[in-house]
Amino acid sequence: MVKPWVTAEGSVENLRDGRTSSRAAKKLALKVFLAVVAVLFMLLVIAYSGRMTYEDWRPAPQLRLLWANTLALILSSVALQRALYSVRRGQMDAMRIGLLAAGAFTVVFLFGQILAWQQLGAMVYFDVTSPAIAFFYLITGLHGLHLLGGLVAWGRTVAKVWGDFDVLKITQSVELCTVYWHFLLLVWLVLFGLLFTGNNLDALLKLCGIR
Amino acid sequence: MSYVAHDETAFAPPAEVEEVELYHPKTFVGKYIWSQDAKVIAIQYAITAIGIGLVALVLSWLMRLQLGFPDTFHFVDPSNYLQFVTLHGMIMVIYLLTALFLGGFGNYLIPLMVGARDMVFPYVNMVSYWVYLFAVLLLVASFFVPGGPAGAGWTLYPPQAILQGTPGATWGILLMLVSLAFFIIGFTMGGLNYVVTVLQARTRGMTMMRMPLTVWGIFMATILALLAFPALFVSAIMMTLDLTLGTSFFMPAIVSMGQQGGHEGGSPLLFQHLFWFFGHPEVYIVALPAFGIVSDLLSVHARKNIFGYRMMVWAILAIGGLSFLVWAHHMYVSGMNPYFGFFFATTTLIIAVPTAIKVYNWVLTLWHGNIHLTVPMLFAIGFIFAFIHGGLTGLFLGNASVSVPLSDTMFVVAHFHMVMAVAPIMVVFGAIYHWYPKITGRMLNETFGKIHFWATFLGTYAIYLPMHYLGFLGVPRRYYSIEGTDFIPESAHSLNAGITIAALIVGAFQLVFLYNLVWSYFKGKPAGSNPWRATTLEWQTLHTPPKHGNFGATLPVVYRWAYDYSVPGADEDFIPQNVPRREFTRSGDKT
Repeated sequence: MVKPWVTAEGSVENLRDGRTSSRAAKKLALKVFLAVVAVLFMLLVIAYSGRMTYEDWRPAPQLRLLWANTLALILSSVALQRALYSVRRGQMDAMRIGLLAAGAFTVVFLFGQILAWQQLGAMVYFDVTSPAIAFFYLITGLHGLHLLGGLVAWGRTVAKVWGDFDVLKITQSVELCTVYWHFLLLVWLVLFGLLFTGNNLDALLKLCGIR
Repeated sequence: MSYVAHDETAFAPPAEVEEVELYHPKTFVGKYIWSQDAKVIAIQYAITAIGIGLVALVLSWLMRLQLGFPDTFHFVDPSNYLQFVTLHGMIMVIYLLTALFLGGFGNYLIPLMVGARDMVFPYVNMVSYWVYLFAVLLLVASFFVPGGPAGAGWTLYPPQAILQGTPGATWGILLMLVSLAFFIIGFTMGGLNYVVTVLQARTRGMTMMRMPLTVWGIFMATILALLAFPALFVSAIMMTLDLTLGTSFFMPAIVSMGQQGGHEGGSPLLFQHLFWFFGHPEVYIVALPAFGIVSDLLSVHARKNIFGYRMMVWAILAIGGLSFLVWAHHMYVSGMNPYFGFFFATTTLIIAVPTAIKVYNWVLTLWHGNIHLTVPMLFAIGFIFAFIHGGLTGLFLGNASVSVPLSDTMFVVAHFHMVMAVAPIMVVFGAIYHWYPKITGRMLNETFGKIHFWATFLGTYAIYLPMHYLGFLGVPRRYYSIEGTDFIPESAHSLNAGITIAALIVGAFQLVFLYNLVWSYFKGKPAGSNPWRATTLEWQTLHTPPKHGNFGATLPVVYRWAYDYSVPGADEDFIPQNVPRREFTRSGDKT
């Protein structure tokens, strides 16, 4: 038991290296940020499911296009994982291909989402006051914005991988991008699975402990 | 713990990781405007927050003028009265207190107290301030748009907030919502910095359990803010969409003045849940840094170690965790399942346990201490009074059965001003008197300080103590006028006039403080590096005020906790955190 108030002895304990490693800091910062984003989407899911329990709830029409978009997002995650795998093994060309493919699939996903917005907007069901439809635009919009932010980080990484570069730094950039993409894929799968593939009211309510 | 027998520094391995590169500005603009130095950013935050806070102070005078002397001041009409209420509340809670405690004190104190050269992401830190400033400017702009600023009360409850007829229901509310969204984006950038700096950039020997409680308080408050602000962010976006695109997240079908509104099927209750899921942790986002700072002030100025350090840390963590489980106690009158009411009343009362532990520990720190009644100490003791007072009325209001009849009365206003306005502002003042010598190199004038303290302390009591009685009488809050209301006796009106006079006097005495800040900057007594003889690292810097990089060539190494005051046998009544065993002297050693 430490009793600092009894004695004036002092010692260096927990010999943590006092220098700050920017690599560890960036990784931690990303994790904290992902926690914030997770709360954001969790609140949206709760709000959506809370609204679902009202009697006048009308589910939004289902869009088949979303399945294709989901596939594109999965592919972008896979491509990034592939880039990470390559850069760790020093295969720089494979890394570049992985990075570019990930970006391309992400852009495809985002265009797909915009297309889905247009499809929904053109349907007879479309009614801006319908909560289900408004939630769809809001949630997909916020998710898309997070991906766009990711693309900025991705772009900064891609710009650096031609010519001479610091392999350690690039490895970390690719690593951080990969974590972020996997996370946003996971968020999307939850959103897609729970909210946009039919009337999963029961499943949602059970998840939230309401039923 | 085992004591190291020889040279303790030998045990610390040499640093292998290269140090983070500091950005070294060369121009005036780089140093003081687009600065990446946390200390400069802290001062930018503080000046902006205090500036906008003064606006909110003036707004409170205008409200009080109307309440104390109805029908006298014709420039306050019912619409702008509500706008003053709204802007006063929002500015004070978010743009002043949150920004000042986290952006101001957080930026200044975290790196210095944990022994870091700067925040870990200085550039992001800089952007954080400029986004905050932009949010403040947006809010200020709302005073000048058609219809004026938002007038829906600081809680911005829909449907009222965006219905025609509410003051500022078009431009004012829009600017408020957008400003809040920007505030949150800016805060998140800063918040990531504070958390990662505390976890990653502590100097050698600075274990988590050796950190000063100030850092603990700010650290935990930042975590709360990072997790709570998304709720406000989401609700701000949803309400903006309801307002601009006609969605119905919060807006139900409404027939207003015989006209069917454009909305249908939204849920106003959803907004309340989201708002208070943010709103209640917000109370602790303000309170926890205050708790931490006041612990350090008491310890330094009573020359005694803080009582129950570990308990204090755990109490901070417990309060932080519990604060996410109590939000619906703000919604007892919104209607809810009685079991929910029971749950939220219980969790609310449970929070009193760790909070009471903290209060006992502060008082026990003073017990048998060598109390120096310096200005920071006076403010710290003033805080304990205000906080106990506001905390106890919080226990009343936490019970659903007591809360319902008192809802929306002046009692609630008195309660949250004691606990959330007077208590934290006492700490803000105490902290400024305490750290001003480090920031500027000069002491604040003590006579002015004592005048400022007594006027503020007694004055705020003169304002808020009678307000509780008004609440018992049923005087409602947010009413422009209570003239001609039968159940309110004449005496309530005289009381209201008295409160207004007290508010004007307290406000005027803040000028003494502002004058002191400026006067002492030029003419104050030189402070030296450690005027309070304190142990924490910010007082052990090579230069005062600390230069870019904080600690000169080498970072300090920490050997002890932050509270070695009046250690038995030691020659001095304090041992700084960076003094190893072999360097401090005991009287016994000399003989």
